[in-house]
Amino acid sequence: MGSVKKVALKALALFMAAALIAGCGQQKSGSDKQGVAGANTINIGVNYELSGDVATYGTNSKDAILLAFEEINQKGGVLGGKKINAIVLDNGGKKEEAMSAAAKLITENKVVALLGPATSGATMAAATMATKYKVPIISPSATSPDVTVDPQSKKVRDYVFRVCFIDPTQAIVGAEFATKDLGAKKAAIIYSNSDEYSKGLYKVFKEEFVKDGGQVVAEESFNSGDQDFRPALTRVKDAGADLIYVPAYYGDVGKIVNQARELGIKVPMLGADGWDSPKLAEYAGGAANLNNTYFTNHYAASDPNPRLQAFVKAFKEKYNREPDAFAALGYDTAYLLVDAIERAGSADPEAIRNALASTKDFDGITSKITIDQNHNPVKDVAIITMVDGKQTLKKKITH
Amino acid sequence: MIEVRFNKKNLIVLAGVILIYFLVYGLQAVGVISAFQEINLMMLGINIILAVSLNLIVGFTGQLALGHAGFMAVGAYVAAILTTNLNQPFPVALLAGAFSAAVAGIIIGLPTLRLRGDYLAIATLGFGEIIRGAANNINYIGGAAGMIGIPQLTNWTWLYVMMVLTILVITNFINSTHGRACVAIRENEIAAETMGINTTYYKVLAFAMGAFFAGIAGALYAHYFYLIQPNTFTFFRSFDILVMVVFGGLGSITGSIIAAAGITFVNAALQDLAVLRMVIYAVLLIIIMVFRPQGLMGNKEFTLDRWLKKRGAVSGPTGN
Repeated sequence: MGSVKKVALKALALFMAAALIAGCGQQKSGSDKQGVAGANTINIGVNYELSGDVATYGTNSKDAILLAFEEINQKGGVLGGKKINAIVLDNGGKKEEAMSAAAKLITENKVVALLGPATSGATMAAATMATKYKVPIISPSATSPDVTVDPQSKKVRDYVFRVCFIDPTQAIVGAEFATKDLGAKKAAIIYSNSDEYSKGLYKVFKEEFVKDGGQVVAEESFNSGDQDFRPALTRVKDAGADLIYVPAYYGDVGKIVNQARELGIKVPMLGADGWDSPKLAEYAGGAANLNNTYFTNHYAASDPNPRLQAFVKAFKEKYNREPDAFAALGYDTAYLLVDAIERAGSADPEAIRNALASTKDFDGITSKITIDQNHNPVKDVAIITMVDGKQTLKKKITH
Repeated sequence: MIEVRFNKKNLIVLAGVILIYFLVYGLQAVGVISAFQEINLMMLGINIILAVSLNLIVGFTGQLALGHAGFMAVGAYVAAILTTNLNQPFPVALLAGAFSAAVAGIIIGLPTLRLRGDYLAIATLGFGEIIRGAANNINYIGGAAGMIGIPQLTNWTWLYVMMVLTILVITNFINSTHGRACVAIRENEIAAETMGINTTYYKVLAFAMGAFFAGIAGALYAHYFYLIQPNTFTFFRSFDILVMVVFGGLGSITGSIIAAAGITFVNAALQDLAVLRMVIYAVLLIIIMVFRPQGLMGNKEFTLDRWLKKRGAVSGPTGN
């Protein structure tokens, strides 16, 4: 039965190899700790979905954050010369790993603030640790209202902040734009029944549109991934709608736009940030079909704001690809944190939290940002219109 | 039978089990275990329960099932509803979660266990997706946003007791007449049936038991990690559990435990390597499958007999 011994030996070898890899990782964070002792660096935790099925969100945000920190360090750092040391951990898009990564960053790397994750679920998991150890956490892109406000007790979570607007905001702004700027009176809504994001926007838009004096003449639902929208679109056409609101993701939106134009529906179509994708025109069957469509978004790459254009250029140079909304929001998050540290005058987590909560008119690249009492930003919503397949900034509405 | 139960070997095991409990408990009380280590300790325990329970279905009964995350979801949601919405005590929620998962196991097992191999795999995969789809569309449990604000009731004691209970029950089950019937089905279903074994009954029994413990793992998970969402229980989680089982060896409880511990450890250690960690993880799996296609332990057990006496002739309680 030497095989047992062999098995044990092999297992041992495997775990030693694993420990070796772990050791390498630890060494890196070990030097980070020395950095703290030297008092010349400030450790910031970056906890993101870098693998798993939403890895693109996390990677784009993380890359923009690292770009921002690099710029800040080059310009002489914060608090009179301290360098920012970003410690990046991957949570794989899993809640338990988002939580353990947050715990590791706080207790072992002694970070003074946490940035990320990108999605609402992972952010809420990481936020439990942030709250426990009283370290501020800022998510660039968690849009669920529950992230900053506990839905049961209605209490604001003291240490949790975000830089993006929440979902209802988009629908409110969308309804306002539809009635005031597009002069819509009779709206039809086509939404995905299998998606919380879509359902949420649908509800709020309907309420707001009616409140603004409009009338919802048709409501059609589908399941994400459906192929044939012609029956629904025919009913929408017969109802005499002068606007179609499609709060969904670009894959479904493209097909809906394509089939609507095919059926001769020429009325304007309006959507939300789920439309933001370079692939939209392809799904919509050509750029021409997208004329007379609009959507609400976090920022417009075509915005002439020089700082935004500088960011787009720097990001392209460093990573060789176009930044998306996640990247722009990540960049703002990094600068917002640094701004808060400067205003706090120290790198103490409690002081940073207080400074974050009192942020007023912070000049970000996506918008000017003021943090309200619910820790949500008051900021511009960009309305983008598609002109021959190119995203063009139509207007900005502050909410 | 009494003298068999209380022989020296079992007493050593019992002492070891109690010792580990108090050791960790003590370390926790003194504050040596950091928050990061505690979270991974919880994941370790939950993964062991999941791997051992899936091993009963896949490794011992030979039914390739890919819906373990679905059972975990049932346990997690039922338990979370009971504690969060209905204010029931944790033990009740834990049991209810486990039994609901077992019932789900029976419901899914009865029709699908007529299928074999990859057909069963696809059917159970579908089941897992149905559970997730249902959770996505029920507003009472929060839809896709999931349930948040679940009280954190899982602690080391609950975790450890449940983990030991899982291992104990499943080990004893395998060594019983019923367990041997399951192994017979794995080895050759037709032969087993010829010998008078009610194959459907035993397959459903194994399925329900595996689901029961997966439900416990789900309930423990929900009450430690504070929130559950349908996308916590995707096919990928089922797959992760299956990897642990195959990695440790189909039909080896100790193998599953070692693999669950190893994978949890590697996962935690590689967090700062991002994309690279998926590569390392994959390479580790490939290495293991090339050099030990039967998994770390094959279908053998790591037993005290072998450890103490180092005598090849002595076989473990399950034999080889």
